Parts: sequence; structure tokens; C-alpha cells
Amino acid sequence: MLPELGTFLRFQMQRHLQAALRRPSDIVGPLIFFLMVITLFPIGLGPDPKILASLAPGILWVVALLSSLVVSGRLFQADYEDGTLEQLALSPHPLAISAMVEVFCHWLLSGVLLALASPVFAALLSMPSQAIPVLMASLTLGTLCLSLIGAVAASLTVALRRGGVLLSLLSIPLTVPVLIFGTAAVREAALGYDPSSWLALLGALAAGGCVLAPLAIAAGLRISLEA
Amino acid sequence: MWSIVHKMGSPPWFYRFANVAIAWLLPIVFVALVVGSIWGLLIAPPDYRQGNSYRIIFIHVPAAVVALAGYYVMATAGLMSLVWKIKMADTAMRALAPVGAALTFVALVTGSIWGKPTWGAWWVWDARITSMLILFFLYLGVMALSEAFDNKVAAAKACAVLSLVGTVNIPIIYKSVDWWYSLHQPASIKFTGESAIDASMLYPLLLMIVAFYGLFALSVLLRMRAELLITYRQSAWLRSELS
Repeated sequence: MLPELGTFLRFQMQRHLQAALRRPSDIVGPLIFFLMVITLFPIGLGPDPKILASLAPGILWVVALLSSLVVSGRLFQADYEDGTLEQLALSPHPLAISAMVEVFCHWLLSGVLLALASPVFAALLSMPSQAIPVLMASLTLGTLCLSLIGAVAASLTVALRRGGVLLSLLSIPLTVPVLIFGTAAVREAALGYDPSSWLALLGALAAGGCVLAPLAIAAGLRISLEA
Repeated sequence: MWSIVHKMGSPPWFYRFANVAIAWLLPIVFVALVVGSIWGLLIAPPDYRQGNSYRIIFIHVPAAVVALAGYYVMATAGLMSLVWKIKMADTAMRALAPVGAALTFVALVTGSIWGKPTWGAWWVWDARITSMLILFFLYLGVMALSEAFDNKVAAAKACAVLSLVGTVNIPIIYKSVDWWYSLHQPASIKFTGESAIDASMLYPLLLMIVAFYGLFALSVLLRMRAELLITYRQSAWLRSELS
């Protein structure tokens, strides 16, 4: 018997979170990647805290974007390979919604975690502490957008053998507004101005993305299943 | 009107249509390009501040305008292929992407050449240049995705979805890049109200824009016809058409 939509979503969510938590290295990996790339900047640019602090919003956001791209390649991969995706596509529950559950779990364990860890990285780049709440808020909203964009690209490339580079090529142009709004919010906050309009724009992107991206993701997954 | 859409979907009908359209477009585009270039490059007066260097506008602006419009044409073809499963819309999309990418590239290169004497630098990170560069990446993404699939039908559908996602994003990208930074001069052709460009320069520019649209249509039709010739080289209708 088919479970109700609510129960179905709860099962799906449990399944994704459980699968992810059983491989903690996949969760910690992106954070270590983030830390290592951040380390490269003082080495490359020189250790002057003033220069680092002025570049910190941009550096943190670009590295967040890269690490989100790196992990979004794994979205849908396991489900595609073991046939679960096909079952989800055949189920009477909309594929858009079950795909969104996976994107949401992915975001919780990558984006939200990154936002929670970001004060440490901000301190490494001597960013002014008044900007840290805004950094965390902008990363929380922004990584949701990045996960959605990555999921659209992943849904189109999941069936391809060499999807990795292609995934970045497809996602990077679409992530430009997120990067602009995110860095602007953090930069304004670091200079002591009010960043709320930029955060509102990020929120608007996230809300619009949550509505439109599932449709594109479901269409992309169906194409990948046929290919 | 619907019967035309249905006919467009049939490769034999489209092949004959492309033959006629190419025969008409070829001389018109050729004349428009030659007249427009001579008018713009030789006859139009030099700019009082930029001298003769502004003349690159007659290549730069048409290429940029058509490159941007081309993305929307591609997305429309993508929508037609997704909704009505029209075979020729797939072919059109495959043909459009490289032409659009080439025009975007021309716009970027001519802009860069124009920037050197005017701004003193080959490349300036200004809003509209950056948007054009991102548009170039969007075209490259569609081209790369269409190459990556072995199955042609799946490739066309995937490109259609991607170009529609891009269409939703282009206005957001443009607006965001605009807020990010603006150093570029504001648009000088306005269809409502007074243009900031003199008529002696405006008319050759408009002629060149029309010529570039024609060139765009011509290149796409030629590419589509070439693909039809390859795909249907074994079929009876093409053989009888060619003999």
C-alpha cells in the first residue's frame, strides 16, 4: 500500500539523512575543503590582516560557492545508480517533491553546516565580528539557492559519465546573482551599513528557487532516466 | 497559423522552406551588410570626442543585440521542443547555440578593442561586459550539454530545460550585475523619446542591426539545412529532392 504524502516525505527524509550520517566523511569533507582553500589565501596574498579583512567577504563567498559545487555533483548519484530514482519517478507522488526532499537534506548537511562553521573561517581572515551574523544568515539563504542550482545541473548530468566539469560549467553562470547579493550583504555589514536589503534579495532568490527549481529538477531527472 | 507550426515540424517541408528562405536571405543580407558597413565605416561623420574609433560600434552593437536576442530564440525553440515535441525545434536549438556563442564572442572582442583607446584598458569589469561574458558561458553550457549526451533526443530535451532555466535567470543576472557595478555608458538608442545618438550615425547602426539579424537567421538556416542533409541522407524524400 502506498503511504500518504506526509508519511512518504518523512520516510524519504529519514532515508536521506540516515544514508548521509552513516558516511560522516562526506559531511566533514566539504568543511575541510573549505578550511584548506581558505588557508591558501593568506599564503597567496600575504598575511596582512587589513588586506585579508577587506577581501574576506568575497573570499568566503567564492569558496562557499566552490565547495557547494563540489558536493552538488553527488546529488541524485546514489539513487540513480541503484534504481531508486526510477522508482521515485514511477511513484504517484510528484517527482519534484521527492527530489526537493533530497535537495533539502543535502542543504541541511552541507550549506547550513557551512554557515554554522563560518565564524571560524571569518576569524581566520580577520573579518570584523559585527559582520558574522550577516555572514551566517547570507550563507544559510545563499547555500539553499546554490543547492537548488546545483541540483538542476546535477539532474541534467547525473546520467553522464563525465558530468563533473560539465556540472560546474552549467551552474557557475547561474550562481552569479547569489554571489553578488551574498558578498554585498557581508561587505555592507563589515563596513557598518544596513545589509537587510541584500539579505531580502537573497531570500527572494531562495523563495523563487524553491518554487521554480523543483520543476526543472524533475524534468531534468526524467530526461536523465530516459537517456 | 497553427498549420505553419505543424508544417515547420516536418523535415521535408522545412528543407524546402530553408532552400527558399536561404535563396532570398543571402542576397538581402549581403547587400545590407555591405551598404551598412560602407555607410557606417566611411560615410557617417566621426565622433567629436572619440574620433574614428567609435566606428566599431557598427559591429559591436549589432553583434551584442543579436547575441542576446538569440538566447531567447533558442529558449523559445527549446520550449517548442519540450511542449509540442517538434523535431525541427531540436535541430534549431542545436544550430542556434554556436551561432549565438560566436556573436557573443564577437561582441566581447570588439568591445575589448574599443575599450583600449576609450577607457585605456583591454578589459574593464563593468556591468554590461560582465553580463555578456556570463551570456557567453550560458551558451557554452548549452553547447557542452548537447555534446555530452549520446542520445540526440535526450540531449535536445536537456538543452531545452537548461535554456529555459537560463531564460528565467538572465533578467536576474542582468539586474544583479547592474547593481554590482556600472561604468558603461547608458543605452543610447531609445525607441521612445529622443535618442542620444545623432541620426547620421543612428540610421547606419539600425541598418547594421537588421543586417545582423538577417545574418543570424541565415547562419542558423544553413546549419539546420546541413544537419537535415546529414540526418536524412538515406531517406527517400531527400534523394528525390536532390535529384
